[in-house]
Amino acid sequence: MSDAQKAALSPEVVLQEMKKNGVTHVVWLPDSETNWLYLLMKAEPSLTLVGVNREGLAFSAASGIAAGGKTPLILIQNTGLMESGDSMRGWTMGMNVPVVLMVGYRGWTRHGVNTDTAATYTERFLNAFGIQYYLVEDGADAGRISIAFEEAKKTRRPVAVLVADEYHGFN
Amino acid sequence: MMDTAELLKVYNRYRGDAIVVPGRGGKHWVNISTKPNRDLPLGDPAMGGHASFAMGLALALPQQKIVLFDSDGDIQMGMGILATIAEQQPKNFYHFMLDNECYATTGGQPVPLAKTIAYDVIARACGYPRAYAYDNLETFSINIERILGEPGPVFVALKVSPDIENKPIGSRVKWRKRSQVQVVMDMQKELGIAT
Repeated sequence: MSDAQKAALSPEVVLQEMKKNGVTHVVWLPDSETNWLYLLMKAEPSLTLVGVNREGLAFSAASGIAAGGKTPLILIQNTGLMESGDSMRGWTMGMNVPVVLMVGYRGWTRHGVNTDTAATYTERFLNAFGIQYYLVEDGADAGRISIAFEEAKKTRRPVAVLVADEYHGFN
Repeated sequence: MMDTAELLKVYNRYRGDAIVVPGRGGKHWVNISTKPNRDLPLGDPAMGGHASFAMGLALALPQQKIVLFDSDGDIQMGMGILATIAEQQPKNFYHFMLDNECYATTGGQPVPLAKTIAYDVIARACGYPRAYAYDNLETFSINIERILGEPGPVFVALKVSPDIENKPIGSRVKWRKRSQVQVVMDMQKELGIAT
């Protein structure tokens, strides 16, 4: 196993973070950055997977789940996050819903020049809405997922985890 | 076409202890309901999301009957949620849809295919096991008790007369008596949900 593979964000660790933070429902739309979680989530009996077909619907669904006293997690791609602006505003920010958004950071790169406008606008979009976010690049960053849950609970607002860990061998 | 307030009065006779998300029927429902702590009159947090919100509530509260009064404009904005609801099959979810054939709050412009679209057929094709459509109060009144006795998810399209509003939003009468956050908290308190 290469050093890069050893450092990669393990899907097991992400699932453990979900369980540790009491997630009951994952409202999601598949994306290329987090597809490695699907089989694990599907096999996890404590999770209900709620698949939507437009990311904006994830925010209203999560709002309803939270109103019913359960703990949703929204799992989408940054492209879909940007599509969801009004729903995020009205159904989660406006209703004080403490929810973590796990967002696949398509196009993100630490090296060279970014060539994907999905990445160009992701953090600008979150900043425009005043949404706090945490970058998770590899396994060493996994603890930031719990920090996001704590902050969401404390502030009663959405908090984003940007998953910048594509192409690590699980795909 | 039915009058929305009259339709909601008929429903209220059979409500029981259901949690009601009145959607765009909210301005009538707040004057009809006798169980406000089991109501979630949210106004319009963001158009197109009422069905997914109510579905989420139904998934989180499987022991409660969840009744939604959605609208045609909302459904058209997020029609994909019908497939999600059909996939989840919440047995406690009753999805009524007020079809006034227009965007009443913006002046009454027609929704696409306002007079010909068959929402009940779409819901059934998506996988709702039961879907109905009514355009008069008498038939609705005859069937409502039976419908509420069936396992969900159930979809019911209801033709209603539009309550068209042409005033600027800022000058309209405010019908909501509680904030969105407050109505959720009141329901949670009523049900003993710790947050």
